[in-house]
Amino acid sequence: MEQSLIYIASGLMIGLGAVGAAIGVGVLGGKFLEGAARQPELIPMLRTQLFIVMGLVDAVPMIGVGLGLYLMFAA
Amino acid sequence: MAAKGLDHIAGAACENKLFEPADSVEYIQHHLSNLTLGKLPYDTEVWTCNKDTAVWDAPAIIPMDTWTFAHGPTQAVDMGFWAFHVDSLGWSVFLGLVFVGLFRWGIPKLSSSSEAPSGLQNFIEMCVEFVNENVQSIFTSAKNNLIGPMALTVLVWVFLMNLMDLIPVDYLPRLSQYAGIEYFKVVPTTDPNITLGMALAVFILIIFYSIKIKGLKGFLAELTLHPFGKYLMPVNLILEGVNLIAKPISLGLRLFGNLYAGEMIFILIALMLTFSSISVGLLGVGLHLIWALFHILILALQAFIFMVLTIVYLAMAHETEDH
Repeated sequence: MEQSLIYIASGLMIGLGAVGAAIGVGVLGGKFLEGAARQPELIPMLRTQLFIVMGLVDAVPMIGVGLGLYLMFAA
Repeated sequence: MAAKGLDHIAGAACENKLFEPADSVEYIQHHLSNLTLGKLPYDTEVWTCNKDTAVWDAPAIIPMDTWTFAHGPTQAVDMGFWAFHVDSLGWSVFLGLVFVGLFRWGIPKLSSSSEAPSGLQNFIEMCVEFVNENVQSIFTSAKNNLIGPMALTVLVWVFLMNLMDLIPVDYLPRLSQYAGIEYFKVVPTTDPNITLGMALAVFILIIFYSIKIKGLKGFLAELTLHPFGKYLMPVNLILEGVNLIAKPISLGLRLFGNLYAGEMIFILIALMLTFSSISVGLLGVGLHLIWALFHILILALQAFIFMVLTIVYLAMAHETEDH
């Protein structure tokens, strides 16, 4: 019982984290394309900013994945 | 206080052989344990393996606090605060020296600057220009000659430490076991002590420059007067205080979390190679390759973000205009 609860917990952690990151990166990428279409000369600057924010968005679910896998396989 | 130690059985067979994990949990735990040098408190049971008879001796209770390497996670916990992760410290210092040596060696003397620069020099100039561009674009009004070199150091050092993650997880720990070292964690940035230590250094610099540029009064005013005006000072202090404390914590934990998760996935993939099945092993090799290729992006990106955030936080500490 306890073990299955851990599986459910880590499944929720990884899954909800993935949903959040997907929405975030989706919005981010869409806005990037919009901005790039409006002002193509800004693309290099926008790309740098895109990667910074993508790293920030990406970090939290990635931590969730790490903790979730730790719970599942090692705890 | 009850004596704590490893759960061995006196008289049971023990050999000084290489570590063979009994199951996947033990394998992962072993990979996540640091080589810890610390002070064992005096009441601890210490088990020693009798070399002549190859059995565990009855545990000895050590009579006084002893500095020693931990054998197993329980002992590492017993050591409490005064414990050093020797492997993380060693690798991070070594990689710092690699960075300094490489960049010193790669920059030729001024007299030979008329020749076309070589590969390594090009690479170093690229790094310096890249960092310079970033610092220039973030530090617009204030000027500080420390920021550029520090940003370069942070970028390359963190990147080198992250890069250790691409070495297959079993290579160096297994080699170190042949040398008699029980635990060996290779990637310094998967150790929260290292990342939070760097974040703490940034935090100290933030406070130092805030006070230096704005004066103690200005710094306190920024903490207490900012969002709601002076009549709601405690509320302002709580909001701004959380803001201030969150900077180093998120900075350190972001790097740690990403690298820890990546390392965890590498370890799990490496577990596939322990099954005695060729097809699972081949799948493991393929997954290793795919994850490593994807992970290169994360390694570089996290080093870059650590650098950018360091610059941004310090630029915020230099801002003097009133809000």
